[in-house]
Amino acid sequence: MENILLRDKVSDLESYFAAGGYRPLKKALALKPADIVEEVKKSGMRGRGGAGFPTGLKWSFIPKDAPGPRYLVCNADEGEPGTFKDRELIIQNPHALIEGMAIAGYAIGAAHGYIYIRGEFTAETELLEKAIAAARSKGFIGKNILGSGFNFELFLHRGAGAYICGEETALLESLEGFKGQPRLKPPFPAVKGLFGSPTVINNVETLAAVPAIIEHGGEWYAAIGTPKSTGTKLFCVSGPVNKPGVYELPLGLTFKDLLEKSCGGMKKGKRLKAVIPGGSSTPVLTAEEAWAVKLDYESLAMAGSMLGSGAVIVIDESQCMVKLLQVLARFYHHESCGQCTPCREGCGWIEKILNRLEEGIGSDKDIDTLYSVAEGMMGRTICPLSDAMAMPVMSFVKKFRSEFEAHAAGKCCPAEVK
Amino acid sequence: MGFKLTEEFKAKAAHICARYPRRDASLIPLLHEIQEEAGYVAEEAMDELARFLELPYSRVKAVVTFYTMFNREPAGKYHLQVCRNISCHMAGAPGLLGHLREKLTIAEGETTADGLFTLSTVECLGACGSAPVMQVNEDYFENLNIEKLDSLLEDLKHGKYPSKR
Repeated sequence: MENILLRDKVSDLESYFAAGGYRPLKKALALKPADIVEEVKKSGMRGRGGAGFPTGLKWSFIPKDAPGPRYLVCNADEGEPGTFKDRELIIQNPHALIEGMAIAGYAIGAAHGYIYIRGEFTAETELLEKAIAAARSKGFIGKNILGSGFNFELFLHRGAGAYICGEETALLESLEGFKGQPRLKPPFPAVKGLFGSPTVINNVETLAAVPAIIEHGGEWYAAIGTPKSTGTKLFCVSGPVNKPGVYELPLGLTFKDLLEKSCGGMKKGKRLKAVIPGGSSTPVLTAEEAWAVKLDYESLAMAGSMLGSGAVIVIDESQCMVKLLQVLARFYHHESCGQCTPCREGCGWIEKILNRLEEGIGSDKDIDTLYSVAEGMMGRTICPLSDAMAMPVMSFVKKFRSEFEAHAAGKCCPAEVK
Repeated sequence: MGFKLTEEFKAKAAHICARYPRRDASLIPLLHEIQEEAGYVAEEAMDELARFLELPYSRVKAVVTFYTMFNREPAGKYHLQVCRNISCHMAGAPGLLGHLREKLTIAEGETTADGLFTLSTVECLGACGSAPVMQVNEDYFENLNIEKLDSLLEDLKHGKYPSKR
């Protein structure tokens, strides 16, 4: 099927418009906001940032009669290790995001939108700035859009290097000029979000799919993928495959097809050992599990993992699982905002224990401690960063325990010895 | 020497502040502006910015120290930032890092005596499909290996800043 998001030659306004762009916006502005929300609900699209919450439902939580401003925020703080789809989407199809935001803004009654973009994405920020200016010059953004009376201003806001700001309430704190520390919920952002006003926060990929849903209808979108995991998804594949990269594919395809058909299989001489299917926070799958799994929300949940951000990290047999977990632990320890004790302390202890095992001074008891610390971190904090550390730890230890035991016995890295 | 916010900065700041209903929301964008201008965010700059935004100094300091992109000390002319997260790790980031340490005879967080290079490690840069990745100042250099790294260093030493991608 044809791609909805990643399309060739639509990166500038003229070619995007020539390919039918900004017609959905015109169509949307002739509809009632509630009808747009309904159409997005019908599409069955779920948030593409990682949590997978139904997008139309999220929009419908904005209180109808709330006085004062409302805000739309795009989460472009792409930072989940293994994820590089939003960057690619912004480069290839920036106007789909801008148009999607104008439509979403109209649907929820927001006159202001912010794109919170990763601070490191300098080139992408400049590119989006130019694209927004072009859209503004043609009257797609700004006052009285296409003569409809609807005003929508769109601003870019650069982050400054903090993984936690991908969590939506931390992102709001950061947008307001504070440290990115997640907020307690409730109240949810739909009720009390940015600057205390009702706010919807959506991922880049989610918003960029909105124009196509309005153009072709929610039912058209819902027919793609599986009945419960509708539409296409951007899969970012990294690791030792022949063609790593971002692939737009209908949800529900098999991992095997993604690896063999899209990515050209494993690099020469490499054998699959494990797969992290949805970004570094999601539980790891063994090769056996991965070969059998379909890539959609339900199938991955059944397999004990998650679709997450669609970041498929492929691991081959030459890699040591203890070392890889140590790399992840260092990351989560560094990125924990420090607000909740289980996360702040837990991530630290997990890193310390893994350092011991890697240095060859660990024991079998350390492996059990590692697991129990992770268990104690699950579901006990304000935001899911703690779970995001605990899930890889528990799954790595459970599925690759023999490698941890070999480290404890002083035979460091059996994987590398082979 | 005291740090003074220039009139030019203040004009730009007014423009940035207008994007938000609350003036203090411009704190992070303004810190970016300061760093772009000076290469880092000095204590005096934090103090001045706090006064300018009518915020307590502690708020500005808390934000500067929370976000990893803000440097509190001047970096070298070229700030080499090697990603060491999982995809880059598997693609050979430790080797690149070791090579840089050896070649520049500095450790992470240090700057060469000639002030040319600062070496840092960073976490996932969001370019895992073209791992391993190193960010130099604000640009990404992707699909690196030792040879490419060496020729990049040569270029930089001779004042040549190669186009990235």
